[in-house]
Amino acid sequence: MLRVPSRALLAGLALTAAASLVHADDTNKEIQKYQRMTAESSPVELWELEGADLWKKKRGPNNVSLERCDFGMGPGVLKGAYAHMPRYFEDTGRVQDLESRLVTCMTTLQGFTEKEATKRVFGNADKPSDMEYLAAYIAGQSRGVRMQVSTKNPKAKAAYDMGKALFFYRAGAWDFSCASCHGTEGKRIRMQELPVLSSPKGARGTYTTWPGYRVSVSQLKTLQWRINDCFRQQRFPEPKYGSDATVALTMYMAVNANGATYRGPGTKR
Amino acid sequence: MDEARRVVLRSAGATGALAAALAAGLLRPQRALAATWNKAAFGAKNPADALKGIGAADAAESKDVVIDLPQIAENGAVVPIEVTSNVPGTTSIAVLIEKNPFPLAAKFDFMEGALPYVKLNVKVGESSLVRVVAEAGGKFYSASKEVKVTIGGCGG
Amino acid sequence: MAGPMKIRATAKAGYTDIRVLMNHPMETGLRKGSDGKPIPSHFIQNVTVKVNGKTVIEGQTSQAISRNPVFSFRVKGGNKGDKVEIGWTDNKGEHNQTEAAVA
Repeated sequence: MLRVPSRALLAGLALTAAASLVHADDTNKEIQKYQRMTAESSPVELWELEGADLWKKKRGPNNVSLERCDFGMGPGVLKGAYAHMPRYFEDTGRVQDLESRLVTCMTTLQGFTEKEATKRVFGNADKPSDMEYLAAYIAGQSRGVRMQVSTKNPKAKAAYDMGKALFFYRAGAWDFSCASCHGTEGKRIRMQELPVLSSPKGARGTYTTWPGYRVSVSQLKTLQWRINDCFRQQRFPEPKYGSDATVALTMYMAVNANGATYRGPGTKR
Repeated sequence: MDEARRVVLRSAGATGALAAALAAGLLRPQRALAATWNKAAFGAKNPADALKGIGAADAAESKDVVIDLPQIAENGAVVPIEVTSNVPGTTSIAVLIEKNPFPLAAKFDFMEGALPYVKLNVKVGESSLVRVVAEAGGKFYSASKEVKVTIGGCGG
Repeated sequence: MAGPMKIRATAKAGYTDIRVLMNHPMETGLRKGSDGKPIPSHFIQNVTVKVNGKTVIEGQTSQAISRNPVFSFRVKGGNKGDKVEIGWTDNKGEHNQTEAAVA
């Protein structure tokens, strides 16, 4: 004999069906809530505050602070500086990003040798590096500023062109390029969707989260670290900290991200 | 300063005020002593024992205990939880993650001047109910909300 | 030596908002090191919040608090310039404290 499903069972099934229809929307909403709530009480703020202290601290053979460091908007002017970098610097004759410029200031202002200044650029969970604290602080000073990285200067344009060429250049033991992972829509590695960094949409969404506090390793990671680690993942040789190649790649991504509002150091998975 | 010295100094310096406060029912003896850590409650391996450990075995469900948290956590290592107790006279708030190896995550005692509110980041080992228990006038009030984690947060 | 610790205290309408950022491994004792052995637990157990010298909040915390803890508290009323002091002690007897004025 055919059993008629109870009314309760039918009601339950209907609810489940309805629930699964709205599920995708709700999931997105809750994930956005997670990202918002973690950003509001993120450990990353500690890095910015500690970086502010280091910025003012007298150090090195010259016993001088970094407060006169020029990131392109004048000595000591930090508001908006990160949102206009990388950029060409007259005094070094180079296009530089945030981190390579910090090395410049540590050597020229504080009197450290380049070797001393770059002795420990990437920290670990137990002991962050000075670069990480400073990068968080300086980037944080561009919070709310619209990204406007210029390629007007011929050297800046050359860096952008080189960055673009490098982005698509296949090399290394696995014949990878940045574009292998970040050049096509719809790719992912395990759970992480891979942003397309060669397009404004992808670059804007991603570039503006760096430097960022990685919850999974309890550390603030910088762009120099990210590029270094990408090279490792692609089985490329390790790049020099702040090298022309890494600055060029940063330049390419930053220009692609132009127009986005920089929201300060991010909090990431 | 070690625990023992702190106990002696605190009770010695506050005798008069302490007696008055006790008489006025403003303090329970535990709070008058140095900072303690409820080993039994924090060492409990299931929610029932943890609740018993903080004296809240008979906690009643209450809409006045408000929990705000994301229902999906991308990483269980950091799950933000915001708690407010609207129960008048709230003196403490405890947070439990029911499926964690040790469910009791934290307990905050509020003295005169503090609002019964806290926001904290907790580790959630696997999708679980988050239970919050507020204490007011010697009674306990609780509420709970579920959080789904995509990557567990306790390590190991 | 304990890592950095910072307080952000702001006067709001009718209450003072206090956010404290701590640097601490908050090791659960469940994680295994590269040698396969469990890393011993190391976590903050007590947090004390004082305003103008008076203790207003006493917290007991466990290894379930996230690494590099961030707590937000609220205190009734309050004025700019009030002194907020926050200290912690952990299960190894280590401690740290810092203070800030309400902005």
